[in-house]
Amino acid sequence: MKKLAGAVLVLIFAAALGSDVLATASYRTQFREEPSAPPSAHHPLGTDELGRDRLSRLLYGSRISLMLAPAAALLATAIAALAGATAGYLGGWWERTFLGATDLSLSLPWMFFLMTVRALLPLDVSPAASITITFLLLGALGWAGPARIVRAAVVSMKRSEFMLQARASGSTGLGIVITHLLPNLKPVLIVQFLVSIPVFILSEANLGLLGLGVAEPMPSWGNLLRDLERFSEVRANPWLLAPAVMLVAVVVCLQIIAKREEFVA
Amino acid sequence: MMHITKHVAGLLLTALAGAFFAATLVRLAPGADSDERDFDPRLSAASIQALHGSRAADRNLGRYYAAYLRGLVRGDFGTSYSLKRPVRELLADRGPATLRLVGSGLFAGWALGLALAIIATQGKVGALKVFTSGLSTLLLCLPAALIGLVVLVARARWWWAIALIILPKVYSYARGLLDQVSKEPHVLLARAKGLGRARIFVWHVLPSIMPELLALAGISVSLAFSAAIPIEAVCDIPGVGQLAWQAALGRDLPILVTITLLLALITRAANVASDLAIAALHPQALPEAAL
Amino acid sequence: MKVLPLLLVSFSMSLQAAPELRFCLRNEPKTFDPALVEDDASETIRYLTGGVLMRVNRLTQELEPEFALSWKVLEGGRAITLHLRDNVKFSDGTPFSSDDVAYTFRRLMDPALHSATGDAFRSGEGNLAVIPDGPRKITLRFPAPVAGLDRMFDQAAIVSAHSSNRDAAVLGPFRVKEYKAGAHVELERNPWYWKHDSAGHPLPYIDAVHLDIQQNREIELLRFERGELQLINTLEPEHFERLSAKSPRSVYDSGPGMDSEFFWFNQSPAAPIAAYKKTWFQTTVFRKAISQAINREDLCRIVYRGHATPAAGPVSPANHQWVNAALKPPVYRPEQALHELAEAGFRFANGTLSDPSGHRVEFTMVTNSGNQARQRAAAMMQQDLERIGIRLNIATLDFPALLERMNRTLDYDAILLGLVNVDIDPNMQMNIWLSSSSMHSWNPKQAKPATAWEEEIDRLMRVQASQSDNRKRKAAFDRVQQIAAEQTPIIYLVNKNVLSAISPSVKGARPVPLAPQTFWNVERLTLDESVLQSRR
Repeated sequence: MKKLAGAVLVLIFAAALGSDVLATASYRTQFREEPSAPPSAHHPLGTDELGRDRLSRLLYGSRISLMLAPAAALLATAIAALAGATAGYLGGWWERTFLGATDLSLSLPWMFFLMTVRALLPLDVSPAASITITFLLLGALGWAGPARIVRAAVVSMKRSEFMLQARASGSTGLGIVITHLLPNLKPVLIVQFLVSIPVFILSEANLGLLGLGVAEPMPSWGNLLRDLERFSEVRANPWLLAPAVMLVAVVVCLQIIAKREEFVA
Repeated sequence: MMHITKHVAGLLLTALAGAFFAATLVRLAPGADSDERDFDPRLSAASIQALHGSRAADRNLGRYYAAYLRGLVRGDFGTSYSLKRPVRELLADRGPATLRLVGSGLFAGWALGLALAIIATQGKVGALKVFTSGLSTLLLCLPAALIGLVVLVARARWWWAIALIILPKVYSYARGLLDQVSKEPHVLLARAKGLGRARIFVWHVLPSIMPELLALAGISVSLAFSAAIPIEAVCDIPGVGQLAWQAALGRDLPILVTITLLLALITRAANVASDLAIAALHPQALPEAAL
Repeated sequence: MKVLPLLLVSFSMSLQAAPELRFCLRNEPKTFDPALVEDDASETIRYLTGGVLMRVNRLTQELEPEFALSWKVLEGGRAITLHLRDNVKFSDGTPFSSDDVAYTFRRLMDPALHSATGDAFRSGEGNLAVIPDGPRKITLRFPAPVAGLDRMFDQAAIVSAHSSNRDAAVLGPFRVKEYKAGAHVELERNPWYWKHDSAGHPLPYIDAVHLDIQQNREIELLRFERGELQLINTLEPEHFERLSAKSPRSVYDSGPGMDSEFFWFNQSPAAPIAAYKKTWFQTTVFRKAISQAINREDLCRIVYRGHATPAAGPVSPANHQWVNAALKPPVYRPEQALHELAEAGFRFANGTLSDPSGHRVEFTMVTNSGNQARQRAAAMMQQDLERIGIRLNIATLDFPALLERMNRTLDYDAILLGLVNVDIDPNMQMNIWLSSSSMHSWNPKQAKPATAWEEEIDRLMRVQASQSDNRKRKAAFDRVQQIAAEQTPIIYLVNKNVLSAISPSVKGARPVPLAPQTFWNVERLTLDESVLQSRR
């Protein structure tokens, strides 16, 4: 099962990276005689409203999202792990500040911060720079919730018997963290990482409203997914669901690989 | 008694800090001084001047915040720039809709998420595990707005949208935690002793994962409120989320600051509740574990 | 005994909800005070509840008497004498007289109120003089002559001077029954409405209007398809196509409307952009070449699904009175564009266009997020301009951030926007054409006109503002449109068609290009109950 998942993932990655070669047309070319065309031999997923090949846009968009979203998820998870574990372990003043900071972080309207960042960037910032910054910001802002869960796990571990034993045996802070805490946090961190990937891909599309993310004509998975909100069109043209199907496939494969015995009875 | 005062103080402090930072973020963002009436060719130059003048008082952040605090003491949350009504009235009108949406959605999301996670880990049918994981992943990959539209088309109650957004997160964490715990020594020992599945689950598995689940419960409150914003905005539900979204687009400072204040209050309250519950689970607290 | 069940059935059928017209407001109405109306939703409510002295018939575009039986414009547009209708009452029974007109206009013209409607009447400094002559006659003298004075009364809804509940007392066909914030506005018929049809039946025919506050167009479409709504006042092109496939009788394309889509280059000398870019943008040849290199036909065909026509200038052909019919939309001729650019010193080599000093011609167009049609139009222009070697970057910002760049920081190359519900009378666009105005988009707040043609436009706009003879006004404004076409400070793209959906159960509807497109004759609309019931 794991091998199958791995193979599918590799296939998708390869298709995304090789989109220039695989696709019959560039993601930018507008075939103005065939707007909103249904799937055909020439355009396996049909064309969008401007006559651009959907498959090539999907593959090209995957390239960006598949590289950046996991990186952002990794960043968020790492920050969450560090902050949560430190606060939970050290307790006292550290923990109180941490708790206050997470509560604030969860309630503040960060979109204004993101707008300010956009305003500070030049208007013609390159799409590559824009989307990298977008995902970096998402990663940096998404730590608060997961950090709290990590901290809760650490707090309960701290009071458990094996921790008492570890300290009694003379292990010190860092040693305890590395040999005892982190391994036990792995499930929580893995779940966090896997959940963050689709969340960040979708958030990137929402940031498009603020001017961040990709700019025309570049496609992004998030934008392709937001197109699904045009519900009446999706009902009539079900092949529009392709980006969602692909994202689900990627996340499921990652889950299988990460959890080992996941889908086996 | 000391504890309660400390918690209340913490609540208020967080709420006020939230309001202050929100005001700062909004004022610093581009377009804070712009009004779409600038673009209305019918307005005379004098009118536009007056328009800018009315917002000028709020330009100084310190003064704005001081005025806001003074108003707060009187129970006055300010007046909306664009709707010209007291913020308190607007929130009173719209609050119940959002509370119903979030409340029922949270409850249903948790119930379903936990139920599915338990079925997936405790059950024996492989196909069921595949189905629950697939469903959860699918819900994670769909935009909130789309989920809202699906709920609308299915003519289901609105809170289903919030439930379907909370569900995958609860499911993923619960599933991960349950899987991990089922491999731990004390659970294996209990199984070896021949204890029934139900007993093992209630007395050995659940207590181990309660702290994480409680922390998740705490943050899922703010998750649900955040999800309420796109759902209400896209599905035209007349709640606070829709108000927040329109206020954000219109840079309506009084509304945004007040909503952040309330959200910070609610978030903090939820998290404090979960922290207290976590502490209660481990009465043999070590000295430095102060909340 | 068999009669009883039949009686009960027919009784219950007649008890079924009295005919109620249901459609949507796109936003929360910001005010119910007719003097302060600025947004679409509030304007809809004002149209349905407010009574005006004269009304522009949306179909014929002619001015018709309403609460003023007759009127006379005096002193070259500075004053107007009105003869008022007799035996009219407000919706709470208070009698209507010249007192109410006096009160309404004094309030509108109050400088402290900053009413957009009131500002339109104020073309100069000074106060309004009100000279009543009994309860049925009144003369209003404005601070300075106002061009098109009489037609502007279409916007001034009369408020009661004497009623104890001014907010609720209205003269129009409906009055507000219930307002649930964020959810809906319920209107009921005004029992005191004076109008009757030719057979003597009181108008309006419909008993109630239910306005849902709904921003989401997808949901609006869904609800219309389900029969929950009877009107969609402005329909998206994609939705038009979808609906017309299912129920062709319910969609209408009324031809070009008053809306326009356009973009302009930043010509302000104070703009914080590169000097070489300023040189391009300030060069007429450059702007005209860009205009020629854009395929407007494709834009109409693809972005608007054929429901738009290329625009020739600032005035849509739907505005019969003021459009300069001699102007034609620029023809798509990229080779000609390149030729003219070459003559101006630009070089086209290896698919790239460079200016005389060697800079690659590249600029960024900003538009507002949330408008998909505009973003698609920008993507199409991107490909069009690529053909002549110009690299167009697209940036989308949310509206306040865009406004800040447009009005305050002036930090942009080009902006793509549109105007909706454009007023018929060019005098309402004064602030856009005057070079000293803050709304003179491409180069606002000029101390003195930067170019000869802008000076000429200033002069012509002042001429049309001070004339009462419509022919002279038209001549002046025709020339303004011509100069705009020659100098191309704003590149006009398309005029969108007015698309609407009207349920077959609504009788008497005639969609028109002027707002409100579908319910301008709401008092004469009827609902065919049998059609209504079969749909449920």
